[in-house]
Amino acid sequence: MPVTINDVEHVAKLARLELTEAEKEKFSQQLNTILSYMEKLNEPDTTTVEPLSHVIELSNIFREDKVKPSYPKEEMLKNAPARTEKFFKVPKVILER
Amino acid sequence: MKLNDPYEPVIGLEVHAQLLTESKAFCSCTTKFGNEPNTNVCPVCLGMPGVLPVLNKNVVEFVIRVGLAMKCNIAQRSIFARKNYFYPDLPKGYQISQYEEPICSGGYVEIDLDDHTRKKIGLTRIHMEEDAGKSIHDLDVDTLVDINRCGVPLIEIVSEPDISSPREAYLYLYKIRQIVTYLGICDGNMEEGSLRCDANVSVRRKGEKKFGTKTEVKNMNSFRYVERALEFEINRQIQLLEEAEEVVQETLLWDANQNIAYPMRSKEEAHDYRYFPEPDLVPVVVDEPWIDRVRATLPEHPTTRYDRFIAEYALPQYDADILTTEKSYADYFELVLKELHTKNKEQIKLVSNWVMTDVLRVVSEQKIDIKHFPISPTRLATMISLINDGTISGKIAKEVFEEMLKSSDDPRVIIEKKGLMQLSDQRVIEKVVTEVLDRNTAQVEKYLAGNEKVFGYFVGEVMKATKGKANPRIVNDILKKKFAHIQVSKG
Repeated sequence: MPVTINDVEHVAKLARLELTEAEKEKFSQQLNTILSYMEKLNEPDTTTVEPLSHVIELSNIFREDKVKPSYPKEEMLKNAPARTEKFFKVPKVILER
Repeated sequence: MKLNDPYEPVIGLEVHAQLLTESKAFCSCTTKFGNEPNTNVCPVCLGMPGVLPVLNKNVVEFVIRVGLAMKCNIAQRSIFARKNYFYPDLPKGYQISQYEEPICSGGYVEIDLDDHTRKKIGLTRIHMEEDAGKSIHDLDVDTLVDINRCGVPLIEIVSEPDISSPREAYLYLYKIRQIVTYLGICDGNMEEGSLRCDANVSVRRKGEKKFGTKTEVKNMNSFRYVERALEFEINRQIQLLEEAEEVVQETLLWDANQNIAYPMRSKEEAHDYRYFPEPDLVPVVVDEPWIDRVRATLPEHPTTRYDRFIAEYALPQYDADILTTEKSYADYFELVLKELHTKNKEQIKLVSNWVMTDVLRVVSEQKIDIKHFPISPTRLATMISLINDGTISGKIAKEVFEEMLKSSDDPRVIIEKKGLMQLSDQRVIEKVVTEVLDRNTAQVEKYLAGNEKVFGYFVGEVMKATKGKANPRIVNDILKKKFAHIQVSKG
């Protein structure tokens, strides 16, 4: 099932990416190449195989409920493209009614 | 909604409860509420590349507690999933949640309806997930984001569409709050957001099997708002159907100031969550011994306790309901009973009255935890035993109670110090009665002429003269005796 321009637009919208027409064309081709390579996985018969959600056979890896110091606020905010003294800053996300 | 309404609402609730763990679900940052913005944050919270979430064991313990209390099936194996959506308060771009194999499924919550029947509201599932951060839209032209809450553990309790009225929704939510607070896994505070509720609402003609188109109502952050918002939405949908218009499937936000629900219009419209198993977290396997261990630590279920208060103590439903509202109230009440070693139903009712009216009045007035209430169950029991043995009257006891709020003295000491001991000496009371009768000859004539209401006046005068300390039973006896005597001597 080839990836259409519509599919690319849909996933781009979900990831809030703005793509040019040329990029949409390019990415749909690249995605098609990747996905048709992955098609190989459909070849073996898996009707009797349990779905695998994890490759390592481990379970119940827990931590105890203990608080450790968080990172300094400055450390955490310093990579933000936009910020105030205390907050991360992003474009307004709710439209006014 | 009117009784003869041809429509019936169908409601399902999704309740999020914030778990009372010390640290977050997948990292060791604190869950403390109200800290300075972006100070309970680490690279795991921010979804930095290369970080690895590790599950807090108490999250699993707590959800097993809830699952058992709500009679769910606890999955032997459950897995986490990524729920992908793009929103600034979710830095990873996905929320760690559970999708295909939640830890709890089935089960039910029982609610007591106003006509005293009990209704089971079925549960679809309970799963573990993490909270998102907080977006602040009104401090700046842009949106500001605080990540402190990001990664705080939540459980989501999803009900079947078994709820048939806003009142039932209220009662269901109330019961959930009661259960999670009894279990000590959530503080149940809706205003602070530790308990949140979204509703799926549709309306259909009575008798119709098919569901109508549903809407989702959000932002109902108090018990009262849930009831009001649902009433609004049900009426809106009925009106649309009456006008032969269609209900549009959409998400509405409740506006408590205007009492309306309006469609949410956010840039995030297309919900396409693309769930897939979370590769960073391994499956959770819960075996029987673990479940048994948790089961052994469960407190008595609030509904069981309510039923027991009625059966064992012969309390009215009203009393049982109030006393079991909070686990700490019921504990307090039963501690007083234990101190009094009583099985006497009248005495138990007396204790219930004191706890409901006096203790809980002060607790709610002063907004304190009953655990910090100045009068311990032992001291209250001592005071009540002094009423029982006639040392003080019930009326004087109110005075002693007020005094006990202020001092940590034993009630006996307070009674001694303030001279509040009940007056039971026949001769002393007789003397006072004689004085009162002598002072009020006109009233005595009235009484003798057949106006029996005046009797209360005399009792009142005697009580006044003894500063309320005379034993009312003895005062009554002596007054009757005196009147009989006067009547005989006159006749």
